[in-house]
Amino acid sequence: MRVYLDHNATSPLRDEVVEAMLRVLRGIHGNPSSAHEEGRAARAAVDRARASVASLIGIESGDVLFTGGATEANNTALLGMLGARAGAAGHLVSSTVEHPSVEAPLASLERAGWRVTRVGVDSDGLLDAAQIEAAIEAETALVSILWANNETGVLQPIERIAAVVRARGIPFHVDATQAVGKIPIDLRKIPVDLLSLSAHKFNGPKGVGCLIARGDLVFESVLRGGPQERGRRGGTENVAAIVGLGVACEIAERELPERMRDYAALRDRLWDGIRAKVPRVRRNGSADSVLPNTLNVEFDGAAGELLLQALDVEGIAVSSGAACHSGSIEPSKVLIAMGRSPEQARGSLRFSIGHGNDAEQIDYALSVLPDRVESARQAVGA
Amino acid sequence: MSADQQPSGAVGRADAKRERVVAALSGGVDSSVAAALLVERDLEVIGVTLNLAGVASRCCALADADDARRVADHLGIRFYVANYAERFRAEVIRPFAEDYLSGRTPIPCVACNSRFKFEYLLERARVFGADRVATGHYARVDVDPDTARLRLRRAVDRRKDQTYFLFELGQEQLAAIEFPLGGLEKEAVRARARELGLATADKPESQEICFVPDGDYAKAVEAICPEALPGAGEIVDREGRVLGLHPGIHHFTVGQRKGLGLSAERPLYVARLDAGRNRVVVGEAEDLNAKGARLERVSWVSGVVPNRAVRATVRVRHRHVGASASIEPRAEGQAVVSFDEPVRSVTPGQAAVFYAGDVVLGGGWIAESL
Repeated sequence: MRVYLDHNATSPLRDEVVEAMLRVLRGIHGNPSSAHEEGRAARAAVDRARASVASLIGIESGDVLFTGGATEANNTALLGMLGARAGAAGHLVSSTVEHPSVEAPLASLERAGWRVTRVGVDSDGLLDAAQIEAAIEAETALVSILWANNETGVLQPIERIAAVVRARGIPFHVDATQAVGKIPIDLRKIPVDLLSLSAHKFNGPKGVGCLIARGDLVFESVLRGGPQERGRRGGTENVAAIVGLGVACEIAERELPERMRDYAALRDRLWDGIRAKVPRVRRNGSADSVLPNTLNVEFDGAAGELLLQALDVEGIAVSSGAACHSGSIEPSKVLIAMGRSPEQARGSLRFSIGHGNDAEQIDYALSVLPDRVESARQAVGA
Repeated sequence: MSADQQPSGAVGRADAKRERVVAALSGGVDSSVAAALLVERDLEVIGVTLNLAGVASRCCALADADDARRVADHLGIRFYVANYAERFRAEVIRPFAEDYLSGRTPIPCVACNSRFKFEYLLERARVFGADRVATGHYARVDVDPDTARLRLRRAVDRRKDQTYFLFELGQEQLAAIEFPLGGLEKEAVRARARELGLATADKPESQEICFVPDGDYAKAVEAICPEALPGAGEIVDREGRVLGLHPGIHHFTVGQRKGLGLSAERPLYVARLDAGRNRVVVGEAEDLNAKGARLERVSWVSGVVPNRAVRATVRVRHRHVGASASIEPRAEGQAVVSFDEPVRSVTPGQAAVFYAGDVVLGGGWIAESL
């Protein structure tokens, strides 16, 4: 049995998505920029997907800018937005728990003279809107905050943060890569100016995403070279992937309430089982303000890397926030930012539920886990 | 769940009926063929590469892991990287440099085998639900028909035999080890690799210590322990007469002739390194001969320390053919080796490994030559 509990890393394509993409790959070969029949067919397919994205998160179709994924969207939001103000390095506000695709552009902006205030989180992984407000300066050009943390699933109080940022008249970017398709998002109610999302996190294809850019924000395209996407992103559109993203949005809009309920039930079944069967565990991150599908657990005294491998041998796919850097295991920066020790962080695993998971799979995982954890705890060399 | 929902790799389903074994994959030809031979026996093989990452400059470590991953893909087995860089630095690299600075000539491969391959990797295997670890070492394990204990024996291919580096293994470890190549000639192994279409079939062999790829040990010691370098000192003869200066004792090993910068009527060799006085003691060829050696941290493969002197062939370095000797066990894991005929360049820091024919009885670490 394979039990895939790593949907925050990537998620399997839904059949409907695959079929829609195959229809494009087989039947629609035109370039959306072309003025002929074939081009119009491709343009229509892209526009329909644009409408589906817009509908899911409550925006106008015109604000949807297709990218090659969330990393490009985050890079475009930060570098494109700020690159437009050539020569005028200013100040940015972000957090200590951002995804590397935000953190790396922030670091390059710092090298170019920008100042960045990274607001910290509490031990539950939560930001405080008042602290964001306090970090804003006269020179602050942008605030960029992750909506749902990829490792812990913790949901930031985006609505409150958006309100304080809007009150100061500063553009607000939200990296919603892990949130879209997992929780309701209605930008008619939340004043967000820029938002990044990625198709493959909610059963769409890899290599496609969006930067939602509200209104008439001026920014420089990061990929230059064509009139596509209203001149904001050069390059012929990946029509099949964009169509796949559109269908994934349609399914998400249709199924969201049911999806949230089902995933939360499986996630809770898993956590209840772990707590009952495995001693010395604790949940990382807020249990209240969290994605319905994500569970991050510290197994005291066990090496996460080893446990991950041992679970894979038993057919269970999970993830650890740790990364291998030059042969050493670097503990998760997110967990460190929440005040965990490197050892605690190294002993943590992420379980993320998604399409295809059921109670039988969770019970199988629970039947395997206690023994593997116990045995990993005895391996002193790991 | 429906078929479209779950990714299915080349690995297929875990089969509870098959015995699970972990194969250490280095990315080289030997470990690749060893793993392939296990796959042919229909075992459930899990490939693991130890990422020891050596010194920071060693960029080929990652390339080796990529080679190992390709081999695992080719064989259709699971593959993981075990990251032990921090431990390796603390438990192998650092002691290696400290040995040089203490006037010894270390063999880090023994600790690497004893700890990383047959302790930590074995631990990992057990977490994987596997009871055994297989490596591409050239050595054999079998059962002594007289005592029913496990024996460590030299490989069929004597030129490739690696038992010298494995002498610290005991009964518990041997019970959990497989050496699939122990009965094969190296050429046969290469031929099998080509037959199997393994990408590593013609990869050159690694000879040097893995974290000193250019073989410049002195430079490596300086990089590892820059704060502990003793600096220049005197070169003296056996009577203590100063003959010259040396740049640091870590540049020298017993028996070395080159690099002394001395001119003498007869060739001079390093006879001894005196770390306490930061001196290199030189002598003529016959001064290198030792009648015996004092050993420490002695271990016996059988797990039983003999209660009287044992006759054996003793090898005092990897390329040494061996010398007949008596080994007298002493208290606290020590032993004294007395050679029948004097042996040249018995070097502190190297191992003295005891053989009865092709069976490894045990061994210990040379503390001093006698």
